[in-house]
Amino acid sequence: MSETAVVKRPVGDPYGSSGGDEDILRDSLFTTRVDEVVAWSRKNSLWPMPMGLACCAIELMAMVGPRFDVARFGAEALRFSPRQADLMIVAGTVTKKMAPAVKKIFDQMPSPKWVIAMGACASSGGMFHSYSTVQGVDEIIPVDVYIPGCPPRPEALIAGILEIQKKIASR
Amino acid sequence: MRVRRSTTLSFGERIYLPGILKGMWLTLRHIFRAKVTLQYPEQKWQVSENYRGIPALVRDPEGRTKCVACYLCQWVCPPRAITIGATPVYSNVEKGPETFEINMLRCIMCGYCEEVCPEEAIFLTREYELTGTSREALIFGKEKLLQIGGIRPDAIRKWAHK
Repeated sequence: MSETAVVKRPVGDPYGSSGGDEDILRDSLFTTRVDEVVAWSRKNSLWPMPMGLACCAIELMAMVGPRFDVARFGAEALRFSPRQADLMIVAGTVTKKMAPAVKKIFDQMPSPKWVIAMGACASSGGMFHSYSTVQGVDEIIPVDVYIPGCPPRPEALIAGILEIQKKIASR
Repeated sequence: MRVRRSTTLSFGERIYLPGILKGMWLTLRHIFRAKVTLQYPEQKWQVSENYRGIPALVRDPEGRTKCVACYLCQWVCPPRAITIGATPVYSNVEKGPETFEINMLRCIMCGYCEEVCPEEAIFLTREYELTGTSREALIFGKEKLLQIGGIRPDAIRKWAHK
């Protein structure tokens, strides 16, 4: 994306870490560059696709509920249509029978998209060393953040979403 | 059992307003109730004493690794998250862990390792908010586990004079 004419950065240093006026501008304004504004809006309005496949989905629901309230981070709009989502939370055991569906739903999500592997099963297969279980969802789709736990607490999932937000902001 | 319902709506039901006001009144009452939301990153959950978080190795007050690499935890671990490599670590002790890896992504925090350990060398901590961006980052080695576990004093100081 193109830069606006406000800040002129030296060639070869597109993110302007050299100090001076540019850093002061970056600290005080967030409308210095188009892609920063876009990243800011993206990270504060993540729409998760709840790929709830097992018991982790219960903790996922708890995260959206009033006690943990992920709406504080703008990610409360769980979309059950992959076309409207940009963050897939794989919560639960991915069996080999379910794997094509997970892959298809991920492919149907519009880019840019991110994936959280929530819990032991989605991250690595967990305790299911089994012919029927995918040994980690990263064997079929790219995963950005892994959250260990069986299941992880809703706080851990919120920590994962904050990690995703950090990743989006630093793109 | 037959249930008879009127098929015609009354005037109040047809204009919808009483229903809407009833709903809004419920919402309004909830505004003045006690707040239940935990402001998570700033405000932390009160972790109970016996919470089962991620496992970690502990040292004795002499600063030694208490683990003697007996492989019981590796054997009992349901998801097979623990991998131990044994070697004589101290000259007067038969075995100790040269490498001790726990794959946190496999670990299900069941506490069997803590339960089975004859040396009381592995404990479940109260840490519950771990995240990582790669699989490798979440395979914890011996040094990292000892750092998380810290020193755990106990009554029987087995190796104090050896």
